[in-house]
Amino acid sequence: MMNSKRTKIRWGFVLFFMPVFLWLFLLFVLPHLELLRLSFLGTDYYAKSGVTLENYAAFFKEPAYWLTFVRTAGYSIIITLIILMIALPVAFYITKVVGLKTKGLLMLLVIVPFWVSILIRVYGWMIILRESGIINNILVGMGLLKVPIEMLYNDVSLIIGLVHTNLLFMLVPIIGVMDSLDNSLIEAASNLGAKKLAIWWKIIIPHCMTGIMSGSIIVFMLVTGSYITPALMGGKNSLWFTQQIYNQFIIAFNWNQGAAFGFLLLLISSIIVWLSLKITGQKLGEVVK
Amino acid sequence: MPIDLSVKEVTKKFGSFTAVDKVSFDVEAGKFFSILGPSGCGKTTLLRMIAGFYDPSPGTIEIRGKDMAGVEPNQRPVKLVFQHLALFPMMDVKENIAFGLRRRGERGKEVYKKVEDMLERVGLPGFGNKKISQLSGGQMQRVAIARCLILEPVVLLLDEPLGALDLKLREHMKVELKKLQAQVGTTFVYITHDQSEAMVMSDYVAIMNQGKFEQIDTPQNLYNNPATSFVAQFVGENNKFLGKLEKDSSGQFSVGLEDGTKLLVGQISNLELGETVEMFIRPEAIIINPDASLKNINILNIIVKAILFDGGSSRFLGVIYGSKKELILMLPHNYSEDINVNNKIRIGWDPTRSACFKSVGVKTYDEF
Repeated sequence: MMNSKRTKIRWGFVLFFMPVFLWLFLLFVLPHLELLRLSFLGTDYYAKSGVTLENYAAFFKEPAYWLTFVRTAGYSIIITLIILMIALPVAFYITKVVGLKTKGLLMLLVIVPFWVSILIRVYGWMIILRESGIINNILVGMGLLKVPIEMLYNDVSLIIGLVHTNLLFMLVPIIGVMDSLDNSLIEAASNLGAKKLAIWWKIIIPHCMTGIMSGSIIVFMLVTGSYITPALMGGKNSLWFTQQIYNQFIIAFNWNQGAAFGFLLLLISSIIVWLSLKITGQKLGEVVK
Repeated sequence: MPIDLSVKEVTKKFGSFTAVDKVSFDVEAGKFFSILGPSGCGKTTLLRMIAGFYDPSPGTIEIRGKDMAGVEPNQRPVKLVFQHLALFPMMDVKENIAFGLRRRGERGKEVYKKVEDMLERVGLPGFGNKKISQLSGGQMQRVAIARCLILEPVVLLLDEPLGALDLKLREHMKVELKKLQAQVGTTFVYITHDQSEAMVMSDYVAIMNQGKFEQIDTPQNLYNNPATSFVAQFVGENNKFLGKLEKDSSGQFSVGLEDGTKLLVGQISNLELGETVEMFIRPEAIIINPDASLKNINILNIIVKAILFDGGSSRFLGVIYGSKKELILMLPHNYSEDINVNNKIRIGWDPTRSACFKSVGVKTYDEF
């Protein structure tokens, strides 16, 4: 009896598992396997191909490539930290300071802009910052500037754009964990003589660490992998690594090189995430919960 | 004795609701002072004002003679043991206890030595490296108290810290807390809705109701000489009779119940004839089968309804013959066969043992 039960195929499980499996396998695993294969194929001048590490070596040999990557990773870390520093006080205000009604309203204000396409949001910033934009108009109108200046297409505008477009993904997990922080812990710390800074460092941040890490991982991955915002708001000198990948695929039509870049991006940013988890002593399993 | 904590005319309003209404009291150094009241009477609000989480509006709170107005909670020499303890789960036991010392800027090995001493004093030697989640309820309790006492506060505030414990542990912790307080000599201000906690541990108890103090006295006096009808009902068990105050030709006061029964009462004060009054008699003041030779006592016939066996404090429930009024009586230790369900027995009490107050219609939980 027991044996026949064990060998019986659970059709119900198969039925529900199939769509997930097909979705992941056909749209995610299969294309990635193909790109992985491509990344190891060489294309020399005579279109002769064979298995080679040439595409990966090109990344390290050519400073233009790896410098772009270092820039991308460095800025991504800075942007993640800026987002974190904005998200922590905002989350505290929403969860601990205001009443229940205002809290709902503020959450709505945080979420609603993200119903709008990222493209629209980026163009919104462009309207604000460009040479003939709102800020320039106001400053010139007030007589503070004689001639409008170009505020777009530099590293600052790039950071502004990426911070705004990714803020929500930090805010939501942090609000989640901060909500679960018992107010009496904050009061107890204060009663035992802690000042505001100590309460943040010793109580609030340690409590929110899982939320902070999961938010940071999501934001870091989204920022390194973003394309539209750097392409539209960054300048000629602020090339993002995703643009290098795009260039290889679309402009140079070198899919093999592009695929190798793609995998390098995935690999190195995963290493950065792993390192930051190690440093903060968090476990991936708990962070993604 | 110097006064450690002095609360003068303190009021707290939330919108139109007055949570604390002109409360004044002094606590002498080294005393165990309890504030006892039903939930929602304003006792937690009062405690939070002393700790500095709320500002009185208006009123003065002085600690060792120093006005606390404008002093931040983290600067006050009072420490609070929270209702749910509020231990820091992100730290182990020794870091929880060292938290306050570190905030004062103390560093190095000295801190851990103090922590270990403190752990020993609360009976948890060697617990320093345990996580908070590894502790039992009673152990958490002691860590929470140790965390406060290590800072040598002038006053230790305790907000119903035994509420979450099960009965046996609560009984045990009552005695422990009392011993600990005697040992460290710190002034304790303890709030609770559990009258047995307040009575067992305290030197003085304040009875609080609807934002006001009804009476501040020793536990013995609260029990034996309640000042108000609320205190008589809230502290200990009491039998309550509602009736009109009357006086006969010989000058003896009595209470006339609705069913016509007259019950003699002893001393009365601030009451007028014909007024609706509440008369109270403690279960243990009622004599079963009083001697027929006794003069000037109230005699009633009751039918035993139920035996409420509870070891040393067993009681029984009786209904006055010919009425529906229920009484609670002590079950004598050597009770005989005649106290049995549906038996009719004779009871009586000395009128001077009863207390009489003007009826204000306050109700405690056990009346419906």
